[in-house]
Amino acid sequence: MSYVIRRLRAFPLVLIGVSIIVFIAIRLVPGDSITAMLGTEAGLLTPQQRDSLAVYFGIDQPWPVQYWRWFTGLFSGDLGISVTYGKPVLSVILERFPLTLELALLAMLIALSIGVPAGVFAATRNERPADLGVRIAAMIGQSTPSFVVGLVIIYILSAGFGVLPTMGAFTPFWQDPLQNLGQMILPAITLGCAFASSVTRVTRSAMLDVLSDDYVRTARSKGASERSVIWRHALPNALVPVVTLSGIEFGYLLGGAVIVEQIYALPGLGRMVLEAILQRDYALVQGAVLFIALNFMIVNLLVDLAYAALDPRIRLEGR
Amino acid sequence: MTSKFRYFLGATTAVMIGLSAVAGHADAANLRMAWAQDATGLDPHKQTAFSSLRLLELIYEPLVRLDADLKIIPGIATSWEFAADGKQLTFKLDPKAKFQNGAAVTSADVKASFERILDEKTGAANRANYLSIETIEAPDAGTVVFKLKQPDAPILTAMTDTNSSIVPASEIAAGTIGTKAIGSGPFKLEKWDPNSKAALVANKDWAGGATGVDGIEISVLPDETAILAAMRTGQVDFALLNDPLIATLVPNEPKLQLNRAPLLAYHVLQLNPARKPMNELAVRQAISCAVDRKAVLDTASLGEGQVTGPITAPFFASDPNSLFCYKQDIDKAKKLMADAGFADGFSATVIAATGEPPTAAAEAQVLQSQLAEIGVKLDIKMMELNVYVDTWLKGDFDMAVALNGGRPDPYTMYNRYWTKNGNLQKVSNFADDTLDKLLQDGRAETDPEKRKAIFAEFDKQLAEKAPWIWLYTGYGYTAQQKNVQGFVPMPTGSLVSLGKVTIQ
Repeated sequence: MSYVIRRLRAFPLVLIGVSIIVFIAIRLVPGDSITAMLGTEAGLLTPQQRDSLAVYFGIDQPWPVQYWRWFTGLFSGDLGISVTYGKPVLSVILERFPLTLELALLAMLIALSIGVPAGVFAATRNERPADLGVRIAAMIGQSTPSFVVGLVIIYILSAGFGVLPTMGAFTPFWQDPLQNLGQMILPAITLGCAFASSVTRVTRSAMLDVLSDDYVRTARSKGASERSVIWRHALPNALVPVVTLSGIEFGYLLGGAVIVEQIYALPGLGRMVLEAILQRDYALVQGAVLFIALNFMIVNLLVDLAYAALDPRIRLEGR
Repeated sequence: MTSKFRYFLGATTAVMIGLSAVAGHADAANLRMAWAQDATGLDPHKQTAFSSLRLLELIYEPLVRLDADLKIIPGIATSWEFAADGKQLTFKLDPKAKFQNGAAVTSADVKASFERILDEKTGAANRANYLSIETIEAPDAGTVVFKLKQPDAPILTAMTDTNSSIVPASEIAAGTIGTKAIGSGPFKLEKWDPNSKAALVANKDWAGGATGVDGIEISVLPDETAILAAMRTGQVDFALLNDPLIATLVPNEPKLQLNRAPLLAYHVLQLNPARKPMNELAVRQAISCAVDRKAVLDTASLGEGQVTGPITAPFFASDPNSLFCYKQDIDKAKKLMADAGFADGFSATVIAATGEPPTAAAEAQVLQSQLAEIGVKLDIKMMELNVYVDTWLKGDFDMAVALNGGRPDPYTMYNRYWTKNGNLQKVSNFADDTLDKLLQDGRAETDPEKRKAIFAEFDKQLAEKAPWIWLYTGYGYTAQQKNVQGFVPMPTGSLVSLGKVTIQ
């Protein structure tokens, strides 16, 4: 418990650090909200016009003043107003988050349900043709970029079968589960397949390690069935690296999967952040990155806690 | 277990996709439209991006409009007249014109709208086109009189711009322009979720008559390959396309039709005459002679477009073959380089924006190889659009590959670059007495044929002085299902004829 509290205490410091870096980074890039809105037409503005637009976008004050204004707003839950959406940043983020969360969960589900069994399968047939087959498949899966997989899926479905999931607007699961899953399943497969390959490879090598451990030999010599040795004795311990990998991947996915969202036209967090950066919607970029960083930290903490649950030898408390 | 799971996955995928595809076909009277880039805001006076104008022009109306031949036709105004001295422009408003909040469009709204554009606090880029306005008078509810400081023929064409739309005076007073979209156009904005979707419903009170569809549902599909796929499956009726590589695939689809409109916007290699050695006329002319414009068009844009001189509006444009060195002439180019003392060539950096236009990188590469023939070594620097715009506005480049917007009137199109106090002097870095005088003459002259002669001379001079190397104009593409009828492609890229489009 004290471990959790200690970790939670570090959160605010990390978040402040992240917010300062993002705040500066996005402002260091040439161009601002005005050139983003007007393009080259911005050259037609008089200095006074430019000044009043700067006030409109909230970029008229010096950086430290802008940061302080934004930072003090945080304490009242005010992340600022997005100029593109004309709405509070937090509500824009929360509208996009369910999609991103669902996509991340589905992709993980697909990746783990393919990757873990495939990894175990390969490990138990080490260096035999079946192992080689799995490893080649995993290699191909890992090295094919998701935009290729996505575009190929879309092309085959639309040109070959004349079907395609509804694109553009997102239907939340609680409104229409079928419509929702119809929209989400292909993006989830696209994301999941690539990740399944890494899961397979990590599971395989971890299983090989564990299977040569003494306690596995002990279990075998006690007469435990092969099935029980693999699934009950070996696998839980082999899962530690898989959990690490999945935790990091899940954390990334909660930041949005830009390419897959782009291809399947899903309005998720990733595309939102991308558009916000292109539009120089400073408040939205800052708010979104903060939100993503917080998610990442929470996921990381949960992963560390999961280690202890999986492998009692790992102790978190320290002496 | 794995194989069972795979069957489960396969079966559910098939069922779900089938169901969601069926669900997509619900309302036939709505036009389902897709585009890759969404509007960035709703203020018609502030938003100048192509993608924003395509949404806003369906909601708002200016005083006058352009037809497909770029002739000025009635918008909110039914008639207009310049006074004999060219210093007064009077509009009669359509008594049927109504805002979507039910209020009639009156001269007070027109006055308030133009005053808002002219007010520097608004930050309207279009203000630059209206500096000759001295006063705006509204003698009665249906008449507006613009008094001008000097004769200004192109002001009427500027007023066709969606950025000069008329908005309700009451909304200006309430400060809600840009948060609520209330115009007098064919469609009302019912819902807008930026970068995802928008819903437009027909405006029953539209002065232009009944619309052909009950509404338009717009989906933002950022990848144009996905737009094509969605059209192939009948999920989308109508789409706006930017990339010639995607657009040229449309005719392969039996159910789809591609619409092309030659655009006014021009692809150009901008030289910076403030930097050595581009300050030498001979060097600029050498570059002009070394470039094979047709080859740039064919390679970078699959031949989708026409080689162009500086002026792109058909009425004013010259035959490109009559312009200086429009036929590639490497020998002449080499001689010009040698005359300028650069027989061995030189090195320069060319900037281009990533994906904007989609052909930018390819254009830069073709130009790089063409200019290598006269010893000019180009270093290509690709930039994110906003970084590019910032660099471009500062004039901080040797050369720039650009797609610049075109206007129906050459004065409005070019006074910003080639008059001595043009707003974008800093970008063109080229001041020239002859060009300045020709533009001023063209502005004051009201007789169309005389204007044509003035601008023909301007076109010729500009090509010969070669501050920039004009390359080609491309097409504006829209794709549609064949049962969509009545769409008229426009050289401005406008989608305004969607007001009359029907679905058979």
